[in-house]
Amino acid sequence: MKRLSWTVLSLLAILALVLAACGGGAPAEEAAPTEAPSSGVSEEPAPATEAPGAPEAKEVTLKIGFTASVTGKYEVSSAAQVNGLKLWMDSVNEAGGIELSDGTVVTFDYIFYDDESNKERVQELYTRLATEDNADLLISPYSSGLTAAAAVIAEQYGKVMITTGAASDSTYQQGYTHVFQAYTPASRYLTGAVDLLASLDPNVTKVALVYENSKFSTSVVTAARDYAEAQGYEVVLFEGYDPETADFAPFINKIEAAGPDAILGGGHRVDGKAFAKQLYEKGTPIKFFALLVAPPEPEFAELGDAAVGVIGPSQWEPLAAFTPASAEAIGATWLGPLGNEFVSAFEAAYGDEPSYHAAGGYAAGLILEGAIRSADSTDPEAILAALNGMDLMTFYGHIKFDTSPENHGLQIGHSMVYIQWQRDASGNLVKQVVWPKEGATAEAIYPIR
Amino acid sequence: MSDILLPSLVDGLLLGFVYGIAAMGLSLIWGVMDVINLSHGPIIALGMFGIYLIFTNTGLNPYLALFVVALAGLLLGMIIYGVAVHRVIDAPHLSTLLATFSVNMIIIGIGTALLTTTPRNIDFTLGSLSVGPITVPWTRVAAAFATMLVTGLLYLFLYVSRPGKYIRAVANNRVAAELMGIPSARILALSFGLGTMLAAIAGGLIATFFPFTILSGGSYELKSFVICVLGGLGNPLGALFGGLILGGLEGLTPAFMPTTWVPVLEFGLFVLILLVRPSGLLGSKS
Repeated sequence: MKRLSWTVLSLLAILALVLAACGGGAPAEEAAPTEAPSSGVSEEPAPATEAPGAPEAKEVTLKIGFTASVTGKYEVSSAAQVNGLKLWMDSVNEAGGIELSDGTVVTFDYIFYDDESNKERVQELYTRLATEDNADLLISPYSSGLTAAAAVIAEQYGKVMITTGAASDSTYQQGYTHVFQAYTPASRYLTGAVDLLASLDPNVTKVALVYENSKFSTSVVTAARDYAEAQGYEVVLFEGYDPETADFAPFINKIEAAGPDAILGGGHRVDGKAFAKQLYEKGTPIKFFALLVAPPEPEFAELGDAAVGVIGPSQWEPLAAFTPASAEAIGATWLGPLGNEFVSAFEAAYGDEPSYHAAGGYAAGLILEGAIRSADSTDPEAILAALNGMDLMTFYGHIKFDTSPENHGLQIGHSMVYIQWQRDASGNLVKQVVWPKEGATAEAIYPIR
Repeated sequence: MSDILLPSLVDGLLLGFVYGIAAMGLSLIWGVMDVINLSHGPIIALGMFGIYLIFTNTGLNPYLALFVVALAGLLLGMIIYGVAVHRVIDAPHLSTLLATFSVNMIIIGIGTALLTTTPRNIDFTLGSLSVGPITVPWTRVAAAFATMLVTGLLYLFLYVSRPGKYIRAVANNRVAAELMGIPSARILALSFGLGTMLAAIAGGLIATFFPFTILSGGSYELKSFVICVLGGLGNPLGALFGGLILGGLEGLTPAFMPTTWVPVLEFGLFVLILLVRPSGLLGSKS
């Protein structure tokens, strides 16, 4: 009996390990699909009326094709992205479209299908959009994986595609010439934090890069390390931790022994929060602390004093204060609404505060609009040339693309917005944008202790 | 190197006490009724949320809230025993495993739906204690003291009180105990309740210093297995020592090698002990 029990226990422990390994990953963040697929061509919104007394003015309606994950695991984020894009389209059409110098008025219409969050469907549907539906311009689906699948098709049929909701770098290293990225790529998630540190204190030399052992965090932190080293920083510790780690105390002792002035890295939400809390309780003497993913989440404020001073990257924040003046400061063209105008228009249309997914959808539209305005034409080649030369500033930030053959279309203008938790005048914890300078809403607290 | 070793050893040992109390719950249930409680992890997580909900809604001191959570854990354990375990207590091991695994899935499912998997944190601090190179949050010191107190009370209960003696009698020989007129069903329910109570207390103590989600109990359940094997299954005091060994190991490992090696060492040790000394380092019931 006893021997049997131990055999059972051993088997069980192995089973438990396997289960933990299978189930231990990050929980799916999207809800299960609840709606029936709504594929089909959408109806044309109200066509713009011709201006009386200007019979020579002609109206061109450009068709924008995309797929949305109406069903499947990306449903929530994809819906926000599509809402952002539609809001842009409505605002352009309601304003009477884009008027070109030859009097042509350009309005927009869209065609979309449900991709079911599925790569195979994406390829099938983008082929249909490019060939049967003759879409003039394309927008990517949500997520890096689906976008990679769609980009192949866009390139194959020579259609201009703006990608949004997709941070992966690799799509732009395939030699494509028609695909342009709106998001800051993963390789630059933390490089802005290095720049911020340099601007706050030129005397800091020692940084520690610590990260959760997962693909995303490792690639982000590896890129940040190369960047920091190129900037002359000494990386005193570069070490990963297990995704299940709850107790960071021994790891923090090790970090303290390495003596960094700044710590950058992290992983996801739970470990990031645990790390920030324990670093504060240990009173580790650091001046600067930037963490991935966890800080922009509202519940990070539950950390209380431990949250104060923590910096985190986000693609966009409702607070970010990019203005025509900030465009002028860097010599870029300003286009579109201010951040607060976008937020209130979005809230009026959909009832929620926009997430960065929604802002990314709107920005993708603005990029197309900016390219058409700058090309002063609807000719695909002219639009392509305008995108290659684009230097645009919007409420979403700066937009500029890499035009080298190795990284064509990679986003090089937009940088992550870096938020920092600070105490406001009444002592409440609030997020403030502290970098880039053009969008900052407050001075960064430095040193944090 | 020495400036890392001492603080890390203290950090590890303090946490080891809490690991110990979590494992004690698993060990007690195993020792008394030969049931491996796979709902142990989620109950630890419920203990965390118990403290969190009480603290954030009423502002009650987490250490006082621990009494409420302990009582709720005791009752929940007795209910789980009555509903899921009692009917299969004499069936082969697989049945009790599946029964407690089902309870595990039910708690995780309901917990995920109601509490989401958003990480939560109790914004409660007692400050930190600094002695030389060592800085530890008082919450960890308090958790170690709470563990020693609970262990002392548990032993007092088992060796002095009548129900405690009944539990030991049932653990020793259930048939003989029943022949002596001990109501074994009630005693088994009480034992299961005590086991889950210890898990809930462990969760509550962990919640005072680590952020958590409803899924956070899983890693403590796994550690509890390792600890039980170290200390000997069915031996609650052995579980406490096992916890200290594991905590010390977790504390010291990062000083010598990358932190990601901690779980490898832990489970390597687990397999090694099963092979070399399957009754545990400190022996167990025979």
